[in-house]
This record gives sequence, structure tokens and C-alpha cells, in this order.
Amino acid sequence: MNPKSQKEETNNKNGIYDAGIEKGASRLTPEKIRKVFDALVEAEGGARLKAYTNACVHCGLCSDACHHFLSKDRDPRLSPAGKVKQTVSRILNKKAKLDVDFVKQACETVFTECNLCRRCVIYCPFGIDVAYLMLFVRRGCHQLGVVPQYIQDTAHSHASTFNQMWVRDDEWIDTLQWQEEEARDEIPDLRIPIDKKGSDIFYSLIGPEPKFRAQLIYQMAVIFHMAGADWTVPSAPGWDNSDMCMFTGDMEMTARLKKIHFEAAMDLKAKRIVMGECGHAFRSVYDVGNRTLGWKMPPLPMVHAIEFYAEILREKRIEIPKKFDRPVAFHDPCNIVRGRGLGDEARYVINETCSTFIELTPNREHNFCCGAGGGVINCGPPFKNKRVESNRVKADQLAAARDKGAEVLIAPCHNCHGGLEDIIHHYELGLELKFLGDIIYECMKKE
Amino acid sequence: MHELYKLASGIFVWIAILGFAAGMIGRLAHLAVTARKKDPVVYQYFSFYYALRSILHWIIPFASTGMRAHPVITVVAFVFHASLIVTPLFAAAHVILVMESWNVSWWHLPDPAADVMTVLVILGCLFFLIRRIVQENVRYLSTPGDFVLIALVAAPFVTGFWTYHQFYGYETAGILHMLSGELMLLCLPFTRLFHMALWPFTRGYAGSEFGALRRSRDW
Repeated sequence: MNPKSQKEETNNKNGIYDAGIEKGASRLTPEKIRKVFDALVEAEGGARLKAYTNACVHCGLCSDACHHFLSKDRDPRLSPAGKVKQTVSRILNKKAKLDVDFVKQACETVFTECNLCRRCVIYCPFGIDVAYLMLFVRRGCHQLGVVPQYIQDTAHSHASTFNQMWVRDDEWIDTLQWQEEEARDEIPDLRIPIDKKGSDIFYSLIGPEPKFRAQLIYQMAVIFHMAGADWTVPSAPGWDNSDMCMFTGDMEMTARLKKIHFEAAMDLKAKRIVMGECGHAFRSVYDVGNRTLGWKMPPLPMVHAIEFYAEILREKRIEIPKKFDRPVAFHDPCNIVRGRGLGDEARYVINETCSTFIELTPNREHNFCCGAGGGVINCGPPFKNKRVESNRVKADQLAAARDKGAEVLIAPCHNCHGGLEDIIHHYELGLELKFLGDIIYECMKKE
Repeated sequence: MHELYKLASGIFVWIAILGFAAGMIGRLAHLAVTARKKDPVVYQYFSFYYALRSILHWIIPFASTGMRAHPVITVVAFVFHASLIVTPLFAAAHVILVMESWNVSWWHLPDPAADVMTVLVILGCLFFLIRRIVQENVRYLSTPGDFVLIALVAAPFVTGFWTYHQFYGYETAGILHMLSGELMLLCLPFTRLFHMALWPFTRGYAGSEFGALRRSRDW
């Protein structure tokens, strides 16, 4: 399709063409849309949907919580309640006409204008969970078959391969062995134990690590080795803890993904799951997947990498002979700080490993979102410019830290890395971005 | 006029009180049952300790970050809501009416205090009205119903003030005061005014998830 005809077909408010939205919407009629949403409300629209939509008094106090709203010149449509007004409120109003354009616009709103970061929940006097409402609409979009193409592709990958990146089973094992081989040049007796039964730790990570960032597997193997950890990774599917399906509204697939992940750990009789530095995967394993499967909590203990790092530092299982000497700032990822209160643990790790720490403002639970989470970055290139422009407030926050001397920004989350890298480049902030593992690997004693 | 007075001070009072009570209980019970059927997580994760922790941070002025960021609306909202609840329950005229009717009574506000609080409610309504019109993001969210609601809340206080001060036509105002008060009471469970009963549950649930599950704070 040439660009001209693309433009003609584009009906999105920002003139963005997304094949997943356009093609999906082209198969719909107003009757079908109404039927699907009504059935969804009937089947899954529970007490929370009713309570949240009835309690909201349209006071607008959630607005300032949202980086989209703040970054786009306080566009009222981008306030959390504004997004609810454009989507959920119309769906719940039986008299409102839900045409194809509505679905296209709603899809763009819920998938690309909300990062599900839940910052607004802590600014709404009533604690209304707008992320829950946005996910409800995403679920409807999924049922209608209208989902941005790139994120739907990752959902298909999950469905076909049980990992996010179309990594084949043999490629996964090959990557592990390749990283083990590389690491043995540095540490001759290092192993990446595959399928070792009864280990203390089942290590799981996200699909993009073997695909794009294999050095992170190397680094973690070195950290495990030096800490004397008894760990393993599975050879079969279940190694990937990521989950784009919870963001596309495909809860059936989320359940399958988490089931195979937990089962992989339990089949290997591991004592607990330690996961890599990712936020959305943490949300999926700790908060969403277990619920979807009907478990209040995950079926075996699981910790985020930050908690593991803090543990081995506290127990002095690794040594930091010389601290990282460039000034660092720390980005609190929503899913592990608002989602698990790991702000203190992260700061403990930073203070143990870095000489100068500069706080961002606001921080901890109040930190601004990276702009990438909630599946927004996974909606891919069509929405990239919009995503970066919708996070100007993040750039301002980072620039303030840089002006105080920060040179390195630490973010223990893959999604945050994706979003922050784009912000740093677009706004020419000149910060270097690192994982906590990068810092530990760089500073730890490796003999 | 006399007939209307008899209705407003008689059967309508009962309709309003019963409608209010039945509406409140009925709607909350319906939500509780729906949650049991469709949202079992609500019961699973609800924690009284963390719910209360969150509610306390949102019921004490300036105890939350959001309130500190918006000091004007925080002051107005607290004064408005406190006056709105306290004035009708403790206005001397109301307490006396209840005592004459059912022979039960309780402490009442000194008249000047009730008078000032009535004015505060009316000013609060004006503030919310102007805010809805002037502030762009609030105007965008506003529906016609939101404006009707402000009028609905203001009406019993305007007419009460009018009656108490015996301005021109205060007898009519008195009847309007009764009617509008009854209407507001009746509307409490069935309009957005229902946030009065809902917010401890929504805030409490947010507090539960944030505290018990996510080990973080929601204020």
C-alpha cells in the first residue's frame, strides 16, 4: 500500500495508520460492536466496573497524575477520567451509538494513551482504578479483533511459541549454551544449569533477552555464579515470564502463559522463582496471571531481580570492591515500585554499589511513567513519535536530575529501558541507561 | 399551599427517608452480590487494615500528596462536605422538628453556626459550578447531570437560608426547602451523590491492593 492511500484510509484522530486497527475495524458493524460490548459488560462487568463508574464525580483531580495529560499541554481528553469518558462511559450507555470510528478511536485511546501505570489511582480521592477500566475496554477490543498490529503480533508469538519474540525452542537452548561458552572465557567453571531438578532458584526472564540482549543472560549467570546460587533455567517453554496478552485483553492466553511458566518451575521442583529485571512480567506473574488462574498468590514464592540483588548484597554473598563512581539517578518502574513497593530495596542496592545517587522528583510511588509500559511501546513504530511526545514531562524530570549532575540513569525494567532510551535520544538528554545488573556486574569481584 | 405543606411535612418525609434507606442498602447489597459473583478478587484481597490506612489518609485534610498539590480544592472540599453533612443533622430547627414529631432529640448547633455553615455549602456549590465552567479539564468531563447535581445540593441550603432569615415569601421557601431536601435525600442513592456511600469501598479496595498485595502506598 502506498503512503497516499494509507493516508486516505486513515481515520485515526492523529492521522496514524495501524493495520491491526484499520483491518480489524473494517470487519465490524455497529450492531456487532454493540453486541460484543454488551455481552462483555454482562459477562465480565462486575462490581468494580459499576462502583468505579458510579463513584466518579468528574472532579478532574486525576488529570495531573497522567503524563500524557501533562505532556500534551493539558489536553482534557488525555486526563484519566477523560479517557474513561471517551470509552467506558459510552460503552456503558446503552443508547450511545458505537460505530466503527468509535472502536478505532477507543482502541487508540486505551492502547496508546494509557500506560496502565496506576499513578492516577493514588491521586483519585476515591481510588478509582482507571487502568482496570482501560483494560476492560482493551478486552472488548480484543474480542472485536481490533488490536494494534505490533502488539497483536507479540500476542500471536505467545500463542504459538509461549514466548514473546518467536524464539524457537532450539534457539533458546542454543542461546543459553552460547552465553555459557562466552562466560567461561571469563570464569572457567561457570555453568548455566538447564533443567536441574530441585534447585533453589528457577530463573525466568523475558523473550527479548535471548532475542536482543543475550549479554544480560551472561551477566546474570555471572552474578548467580559468584553468589554461589543453586539455580536453573528450563529447556522447554515456560522460560519466558513476559505477557503481552494481558495487555491486549486476551486473558485466556494470559492464563495459558502463566500456567506453563509456573508449571515449568514446579516440574523442576524449584524452591522459588527469581525473575530478571522486568516490570510488566512481574505484574503478570505476581499480580495478574495468578488471579487469572484463580490463585490469590503465585503458587510458589517469586521475587524480582531487585529483591535477589538486595539479598545477596545483604548476606555478603558478593563483594563490591569499588563502587560505581559516576553519579546515578534511579527510575522507579511502576509495576515493581507502585506494584510491589521495591523502592527501598532498589535504593539499598544502589547505595551498596554506587558512590553518588541523585533522586528524581517525583519518585517512588509518585514517579512518572516511562511512557513505554502497559503495552504502549509494543504497539510499535506507528505510535512511536506520539509516545515520545506524550512523555515530555518525563524528559523534564530527567533533565532536572542531569542538571544536578546525574550521568547514568538506572531502570530495572525492560519496558522502561525501551521508553527511556527513546526519551533520552529524542530530547537529547545525554544520559546513559543501565540495568541494576549492569552496575553489579561491573563493580562486583569476579575472581 | 396548605395541602402541599401537609404533603411535604408528612408523607413525602417518609418517602424520602424510606427511599434513601432502601436505595442505599439495596444498591450496596447489589454491588456486594455482584462482586461475589463476578469479582471474587474483591473479597480475596480486601484487607480492613490497609483499607482503613488508605481511608484515613484520604479523610484527613492534606494527608495525601494529591491534596497537598491542590490546596484550594482540598480546603473547599473538606469545608463543603463537613458543612453539608453536619448542618442538616444538627440544625436546631431540624432537631426541634424531630423532637416534636417523635420525641427524640440530640445536640444541636447554635443558630449562627448553622447559618454560617449553610452559607459555606452554598459558596462551595458556587465554587464547584465555576470550577466546572472555567477549568478546561473539568469542563470536558462535565455532563448536564453534573450541573443538575450542584443545583440539587444547593437548593435545600438556599431555601433553608431563605426561610430561616424570613426573607420575602419565606413561607413558600419553607415548603420548597422541605421538598428540595426530600428530593436530595431521595436522589442520594440513585445519582452520582452515591459516591457518599461508595467511596469508602473503592478507596478501601485500592488501599487493600496497594497495601496488602503491592506493599506500597496509595496517597
